[in-house]
Amino acid sequence: MLMVQASLDGILLGILFALIAYGMALQWGVMNIINIAQGDLVILGGYIAYTMYLVGIHPAWGVIVSPIIMYFVGVLLYKLVINKVVDRDLFISILATFGIAIVFQQLMNFIFGADVVVAQSEYGTTMLFDNSVTLPNSKIFSAFISVLYAVALVIYMKKSKLGRAIRATAQNARAAKILGVDTEKVYAATFGINAALCGIAGALISITLTLHPYVGLPYTVRSFMIVIVAGLGNLPAVALSGMGLGLFEEFADYILGTEFRIGAVFMLLVFILVYRRFKLSKKREYLK
Amino acid sequence: MNKVKQKDLILYSSLIILGLAAPYLFSAFKVQLTYLCVLIVLAMTWNLQGGEMGYNTFGNILFYGLGMYLTASVQVGMFFPLAEWTESGGEKTFVHTAAQYFQGIGVGLLVSAIIPAIVAGAIGYAILGLRGHYFAICTLGLGIAAGEIAGGIEIIGAGQGFTTPPFPAEIVDTEARGKFFYFLSFALLIGTFVFVKYIYGSRFKLILNAIRDNEDKAEAMGIQTMKYKITGWMCSAFFCGLAGGIMGGLIGYIDSTDVAFDGREMGVFMVLMAILGGKGTLWGPVIGATLFHFFKEGLWTLILGWQYVALGVLIVVIVIYFPEGLMGWLREKYPERFGEVIDEKDRKAQVELK
Repeated sequence: MLMVQASLDGILLGILFALIAYGMALQWGVMNIINIAQGDLVILGGYIAYTMYLVGIHPAWGVIVSPIIMYFVGVLLYKLVINKVVDRDLFISILATFGIAIVFQQLMNFIFGADVVVAQSEYGTTMLFDNSVTLPNSKIFSAFISVLYAVALVIYMKKSKLGRAIRATAQNARAAKILGVDTEKVYAATFGINAALCGIAGALISITLTLHPYVGLPYTVRSFMIVIVAGLGNLPAVALSGMGLGLFEEFADYILGTEFRIGAVFMLLVFILVYRRFKLSKKREYLK
Repeated sequence: MNKVKQKDLILYSSLIILGLAAPYLFSAFKVQLTYLCVLIVLAMTWNLQGGEMGYNTFGNILFYGLGMYLTASVQVGMFFPLAEWTESGGEKTFVHTAAQYFQGIGVGLLVSAIIPAIVAGAIGYAILGLRGHYFAICTLGLGIAAGEIAGGIEIIGAGQGFTTPPFPAEIVDTEARGKFFYFLSFALLIGTFVFVKYIYGSRFKLILNAIRDNEDKAEAMGIQTMKYKITGWMCSAFFCGLAGGIMGGLIGYIDSTDVAFDGREMGVFMVLMAILGGKGTLWGPVIGATLFHFFKEGLWTLILGWQYVALGVLIVVIVIYFPEGLMGWLREKYPERFGEVIDEKDRKAQVELK
């Protein structure tokens, strides 16, 4: 039964990771930057929901409030820093966002303290198979909300004017500019949407998992991993590999022990990259 | 030519004399000076990797941490059972004699230089096939994974840390410990500098630069790029391991994520110092590390609690506004000082052609 437990946990968790990875793929594809601060944006979104919980509002409302606040945080971040790294070497974006990540971590540490916190949703648990599998309702809720937002975003990207502009910029920024798309605005909006997605994911994490100022980086690495496995802009693949990662993590936790969980995630990243490298080098190609 | 050599001789000999006299002149700052030497070594080896070869790594911290653990483990394990040592933690049930201590640290440093270099060679073939940002992220992952895994291994103290052997008590001179570690790190600094300077005058550096500028073309020209990339990384790992070993002895306590595989501090510092000074230059990392260290030591206490915010802002500002670093800026301003002479005859000929 532990297998079923781990599988269900993994899949529900994986959907949440896929949502963060979707934001990562969006900014990578459109702006060609790798955002190391992605995980810290997630944690910040989580702390917004946690603050609501502290003042007495149910933290589940965070999935609506947090993305709105995070959108503006994202746009502000774009105006301050990101717009200067868009057209440059990817390593510069990695280092610059690394700096942002450090600042975020420390500021969150000041404001919310260095304790591990969780917002109680009091949703109870569902028992399956004669009470041998326990499933917190908050996890089911979080997976449901993630799917809802992902579908909404896909429809928005397909149908709306901004969505078309974003897709056009991703294909060819220069041509889009010539045809009258204000790419600067598109970039700002893309980064804002990415931050908003992080906000949703963070709010969900605050009720399903735990929050701590310094646990952002694993989320960045998870989303990076999902994106390189799934490719940019392939949503079903992102969802699938997200679930795969969730499964891997739960099983690693179950087999190796909790202390090696984060280590296993990072080792998986190394293995995936090395595997891709050997696979491509047969055709004398490399990861681009 | 002769004049230039003479100038160099004066410069180097005065620096060495300054280095040798420093622990007596600034007796209270011996620990900071040791730190400075280690930081310069780390920045120079990072520069070999990131600046010359163009493979920006966050993973040199892996070798640094490995060296730290290896030196301490060998130093303890040569004379006492390692598991019991870590189990007793701070309680000193075993005491090294002076001879044992120095013997241990000598062998430990040797091991901590060779094993990281071997590890770099072993994983190099797999990892150096990645390019650009994939390499950066992969090495970032490696560094953090190493920290997390080391934090789960019982024999080296797991999460509670590893106390390195204390300096032998029979040496009464209270200054001895500081001096010992200072001169050790200063010797390492000189060794690294001589080695890097030798590389700067060799064909190897040109090959590394070719790899940085265009790897495919370098390969097409018949350079076995992988061989040189691995050699370059092994050189970095060798000195990083030694630096880690010295730091482990100096700090006296090894924690898996906060001291050894400290990607959040050391791992970022070495990148930052090299970029601040100017990557791809011999003196850039030295100047960058010195400036950074003074900045850090001067400001850290003033802005207590805010140091990481300041560090983050500093990273963003340096990376966005000074990606070429101090040496790059100077080079743009005074090109003739860097041997970039504009040949007047050639220029005239060009003008006449037009």
